[in-house]
Amino acid sequence: MSTEALVGTKETAPPTGRARRFTALVRKESLQVIRDPSSILIAFVLPLILLVIFGYGVSLDATRTRIGLVIENATPIAQDLAASFQASRYFEVATGRDRREFEEGLILGRVRGIVVIPTNFTDVGAAGSSPQIQVIVDGSDPNTANFVQNYAQGVVGTWMAQRAAEIAMRPPPISVEQRFWFNPELASRNFLVPGSIAIVMTLVGTLLTSLVVAREWERGTMEAMMATPVTATELLAGKILPYFILGLASMSLCVLIAVFIFGVPFRGSVLALYALSASFLMPALGQGLLISAATKNQFLASQLALLSAFLPAFLLSGFLFEINSMPWIIRIVTTIVPARYLIPSLQSVFVAGDIWPMFLRSIAVMLTIGVVLFILAARSTRKRIG
Amino acid sequence: MMWWIRLKALIIKELLAILRDPRGRLILVGPPILQLLVFSYAATLEVKNVDIVLLNQDSGAWSQELVNRIAGAPTFRSIERVGSSEALRARIDAQQAIAAVHIGPTFSRDIAAGRAADLQIILDGRRSNAAQIVAGYLNQIVNQLSADISAGRRGAGQTVIVVPRNWFNPNLIFQWFMVPNLVAAIALLIGLVVTALSIARERELGTFDQLMVSPLRTHEILIGKVIPPMIIGTFHMTIYILAAVFVFGVPLRGSLLMLYGSSIFYLLSVVGVGLFISALSMTQQQAILGAFLFMVPAMLLSGFATPIENMPDWLQPITYASPLRYFLVIVRGVFLKDLPLDEAVNNTLPLALIAFLTLAAAAWLFRRRME
Repeated sequence: MSTEALVGTKETAPPTGRARRFTALVRKESLQVIRDPSSILIAFVLPLILLVIFGYGVSLDATRTRIGLVIENATPIAQDLAASFQASRYFEVATGRDRREFEEGLILGRVRGIVVIPTNFTDVGAAGSSPQIQVIVDGSDPNTANFVQNYAQGVVGTWMAQRAAEIAMRPPPISVEQRFWFNPELASRNFLVPGSIAIVMTLVGTLLTSLVVAREWERGTMEAMMATPVTATELLAGKILPYFILGLASMSLCVLIAVFIFGVPFRGSVLALYALSASFLMPALGQGLLISAATKNQFLASQLALLSAFLPAFLLSGFLFEINSMPWIIRIVTTIVPARYLIPSLQSVFVAGDIWPMFLRSIAVMLTIGVVLFILAARSTRKRIG
Repeated sequence: MMWWIRLKALIIKELLAILRDPRGRLILVGPPILQLLVFSYAATLEVKNVDIVLLNQDSGAWSQELVNRIAGAPTFRSIERVGSSEALRARIDAQQAIAAVHIGPTFSRDIAAGRAADLQIILDGRRSNAAQIVAGYLNQIVNQLSADISAGRRGAGQTVIVVPRNWFNPNLIFQWFMVPNLVAAIALLIGLVVTALSIARERELGTFDQLMVSPLRTHEILIGKVIPPMIIGTFHMTIYILAAVFVFGVPLRGSLLMLYGSSIFYLLSVVGVGLFISALSMTQQQAILGAFLFMVPAMLLSGFATPIENMPDWLQPITYASPLRYFLVIVRGVFLKDLPLDEAVNNTLPLALIAFLTLAAAAWLFRRRME
């Protein structure tokens, strides 16, 4: 092999030379990754923190919301309704006789709502005007306010249906069987963990890559590399290969922890997991390269990566917030956010299994965005030298 | 007076280092405004425009009544009818619908006969949060129908009316919540990165040694590093506050003086953390990534997107370390609630403590490095 390289003919020499150059490049970049503790921090420590926070901490379900329950007149019927509130798994109820007991608590956020069953509250079946109850919530947090209003409605609705059935002396006419597929215990970590994997790969792929390459531009070592026989394509490929591997390594760590420590189910295939992750890293790395070539400055690169990759992966990907609920103009913006395609597919790999029609569509879109970003990055890199 | 001239020169130098580059100026102004516009509308936990699938094997009147009531609810955007459970499964699998309603063939007959009629609601547990809200809406509709049927049997239709009262934000406008949150978040975002970079950049460019051989004392250098990010942070907060009031129409019910007063301590605590990270870092890359490592948990554990009381008990104490946690109470309170002064003070004191601890730690690290 080595002798052949030494005496190589004109036909064989260029490929071996190219391979040698490329190996050397990848080696140099890999050393750069391993020697800087901050890459390890972002690729392995931050994922751990994110997984712990999402695995245990952040729950979007408003379980055990504190409310004040005011029973102005303790008639049997009022107490019957009150018991329904106390039995609800959504509320932690403190009872009182006067709403003024809870008003200050509502201002300071100690209770999230006050349910008032008024003096004149009558039975569902009784004659006269419809009975009323009042639900006062803290509108300064509309999410929690909505939860409280909806769950209070739910408690009253269920109570009403039971009550009407009791009066009619028949079972409730409709019995609802509710099934949550894929995630029957409704553990929010099951869908938050795949989301945090997307965040982590965004940080490694886009933020870390853009910083490292921007520093090379800042210091002029990029131009130095350009002066060598290495072509722009080789240079870019050599740059991203180590980060591609780092991204997959960091993802693998996340998956192992999620499955073996947090007990998140893994019903899909490892092939689907890596195919999706690898396809996602293409646009992520392309974006990192483009940002660094366009800014050539670490501060600007970090700000742009934050704005164009990290925040969209967090907020515009359907990870925490429903895309369907956003205004149409923002829904259009989300179509170019790669994380938007990765997250639902990854969630399926974990809890549902392989749904290839969905995965292939996601992979195709992510690769397309990736190719566009790479072309733009390669062009702006070449332009700088010319 | 010499110290003041020296300090002033340093502050001007620090500001120039950030603002001299036209792209740097642009990035400090443009993206924050874009963020304000996009994220104040995007970050909503409401569930709207819901697509559901319907498998109706019943041809009677009651199933029709139920379908009409679901179609009439504003939450649902489309109801796709399918003919088989395989088709239903395919729609849910591919996330084309978040929920499916399955009405069995004997639904209307059972109701007419006074038997319990079965109804199945299937939800996509992958999106368990949204699915639960959708389940709540569907149950509400079914319960209402159920109560109406029971009441109809007795001849007297009557229901309990729930009267909602939303204090501070009668129409539950989401931006009234999000924009004040973003006032606090932007100061953290910008303040942290600008500060974290300040020493690390000089160290990387080698100008740090020049600074050390200048007549400036250590504490003067530190003050010079603290003030420019505070000016920039205050500038961003002011833009956001103006936009909140004049663009988004958020009511400003409390005292602006109180808000700015406590913002000094908030910014000091943010800058303190930033300087601490900067003093630890050898390169800009380390500083930026270090800032991230602090920022992400600080945001997630602040009550910004999810209430702290929903977190497990062992995690809640950790949230006390996030400056954002305290300032969020103040910003939301001043805007919507006319926060009482003692509550503002209660939330400003921890900020002062965080500022003191981080600045002291940064100064100590800084001195140690200089020797």
